[in-house]
Amino acid sequence: MNEAATARTTVGLPAREIERADRPSVSFDRVSAGYDSRIALSEVSLDVGPGSLLAVIGPNGAGKSTLLKLVAGLLRPFAGRITVLGGAPGSAGRAIAYLPQAEAVDWEFPVTVGEVVMMGRYARLGFGREPGPVDRERVRAALDAVGMSDAVGRQIGALSGGQRRRVFLARALAGDPELYLLDEPVTGVDARTQEDLMDVLEAEARAGKTVIATTHDLICAAQRFHEAALLNGRLVAQGPANLVLDQRLLAETYGGHVLVLPGDEGRLILDDAHHHDDQPGAERHFHEERR
Amino acid sequence: MDPVAFITGPMAYGFMQRGLVAAVLVGILCAVMGTFVVLKGLAFIGDAVSHATFPGLVIAYMLGLPLYLGGAIAAVAVSLAIGVVSRRGRLRFDTAVGILFAGSFAFGIALFSTIKNYVADLLGYLLGNVLGISLGDLVQIAILGAIVLAVVLVLRKELLFSTFDPLGAAASGLPVAGLEYLLLALLGVTIVVSIQAVGIIMVVAMLVTPPATAQLIVVRFGRMVALAALLAAISAVVGLYASFYLNLASGASIVLVETILFVIVLLLGPRTGLLARASRRAEVAA
Repeated sequence: MNEAATARTTVGLPAREIERADRPSVSFDRVSAGYDSRIALSEVSLDVGPGSLLAVIGPNGAGKSTLLKLVAGLLRPFAGRITVLGGAPGSAGRAIAYLPQAEAVDWEFPVTVGEVVMMGRYARLGFGREPGPVDRERVRAALDAVGMSDAVGRQIGALSGGQRRRVFLARALAGDPELYLLDEPVTGVDARTQEDLMDVLEAEARAGKTVIATTHDLICAAQRFHEAALLNGRLVAQGPANLVLDQRLLAETYGGHVLVLPGDEGRLILDDAHHHDDQPGAERHFHEERR
Repeated sequence: MDPVAFITGPMAYGFMQRGLVAAVLVGILCAVMGTFVVLKGLAFIGDAVSHATFPGLVIAYMLGLPLYLGGAIAAVAVSLAIGVVSRRGRLRFDTAVGILFAGSFAFGIALFSTIKNYVADLLGYLLGNVLGISLGDLVQIAILGAIVLAVVLVLRKELLFSTFDPLGAAASGLPVAGLEYLLLALLGVTIVVSIQAVGIIMVVAMLVTPPATAQLIVVRFGRMVALAALLAAISAVVGLYASFYLNLASGASIVLVETILFVIVLLLGPRTGLLARASRRAEVAA
C-alpha cells in the first residue's frame, strides 16, 4: 500500500496548471492493466487536464501503448477507475482521435490520402450517412494544416514515413476531437516533419484540446511537450517536462541504463538497446539529451 | 464457326442459362466479400469455414433436412470453435484454424463414407456443380446474395474504416468487434451460398483471386471491389463457355480463368507487373 502511494513522485506544479486541471480530461485512479495474465501497468494514478500536451515516456514494454489503449477504451483495466472526458472509457468515442503506431497499419491497403482523412469524420457521420460538404471542407482544412493538400489522391503506401504520419494526424484533426491519443507520432520521421507535427499539436493544446503522445524521443519530449509522464510498469513521475526529464527520474524509469557522461554540458545518454524486443535488433539506437 | 452461334449455342440449354446466371451471381458475391477477406488476411479462415460446412451437409442429408441449413450451422459452429480454441488454448490463430478445419472435414468425410448409396448431390458440393443448379437454388442464391450485398453497401464506411485501422476505428466509437462478427457471418452466408456452384474446395479461390488481381491494378477500395466483381463476372462467363466447349468441370474452369487473369496482371500489370518493374529499373539505370 505504502509503496503504491509513494510510487508517484509529484513534481511541483505551477498554480496555473493546478487550476486548469479542475476537471481532468483523463483521470486514472490506481489502475492496473495488461494482457492475459501479464501485467503491463500497475497501480497507475494520474490526471491530465484540458490543454495538456503530455509526453508519455518509458522503455519498451513500460506500458505506454497500454496506457493509450486504456484511455481509448480499447482495453479494460484489471483494477482501478478510469474517467475519460467525464465518462467511462469508450463512451466518448467521437471526441477521441487515436493514432496507431506506424507498424500497426497495412500500407498496401487500397485507400487514398483523402479517403484516410475522411475516416476521421465517419464516427460523426453515423451509419448509412454519406460525407457532405462540411465533411469535405474539414478534410481539406486538415490536409492543409499538415501540408499534405497536394497528395489527396495518392495511395497511402506511396508516401514516405513522415508524410504518412502527417496524413494520420490530418485524419485526427478532421474529426474535431477533444482528446488526441497518439502512439509514437514522431518516431522515425525527419526533423522537419517532427517540428511541423509538434506545431500542429501545440496549437491544438493551446485551443484547449488534450494531447497525449507516447515517444522514445527525449529531446522532443523536453523541448516540445509541456508535460511528461515517466512510465516503467508503474508511474515514476508526472509533471512539467523540464522538471520530470531529470537524470535521477530517467535512471529510475529506464532501470539504471541511463549513462551520464561527465563534461561541461553533462550529456545524458539513454541506451535502449538492452530491452529485449520480440524482433531482435529492432531498437538499436541511442537517444541523447543535453543537460 | 459462326461467332453468333458460338455465343448463343450453349444458351439453348436451360442448365447453361441457369448455370451462367448462378456463376455470375456467386462470382460477384464472392468478389465483394473476398475484398475484405484479402485485406483482413482471412483467406485461411474462409477455406476453413467452407470445409467445415461438409459434415453439416452430410448430417442434413442423412436427416432429410435442407442441405443449406446443415452447412450454415456447421460453418457457424466451427467459426465459434476457432475463436474459443485460439483464445483459451494459447495457440496461434492459424494453428487453431488448421486443427478445426481438418478435423471437421475429416468428420464429414467419415460420415459420408457410411452412406451406402452413391450420393451425387453431396459430391457436387465438394467439387461444385454449377450446371446442376435448379431454378429454386438460383432464387435462393439471388435472395441471400442480395441481402449480403445490401448490408455491405449500407455499412461500407464502417467496414472500410474498421478493416483498415481497427484500433483507430474502435477508439473513434465504431463497434469494431460487432462489425467483425457481422463480417464473419456474411462471409459464412456467402460461402454456404457459393459451395453448390463452385464446391467446398474451390470457394476460397473465388473469394481471394479476383480481389487480389484487382488490388494489383487499383489503389482505391471502392474501385477494388468493383473491379474484383467485374473480373469475377468475366471469369464466370468465360469459364462456363470453356467448360461447355472443352468439356471441362465447370467450377474448376471458372477458377482457372480467374487464376490465369491473376497471373497475366501479375506479369503485365501497371503497378506491380514484372515488366513495369523492369522498365522502371531500366529508367533508373539510364
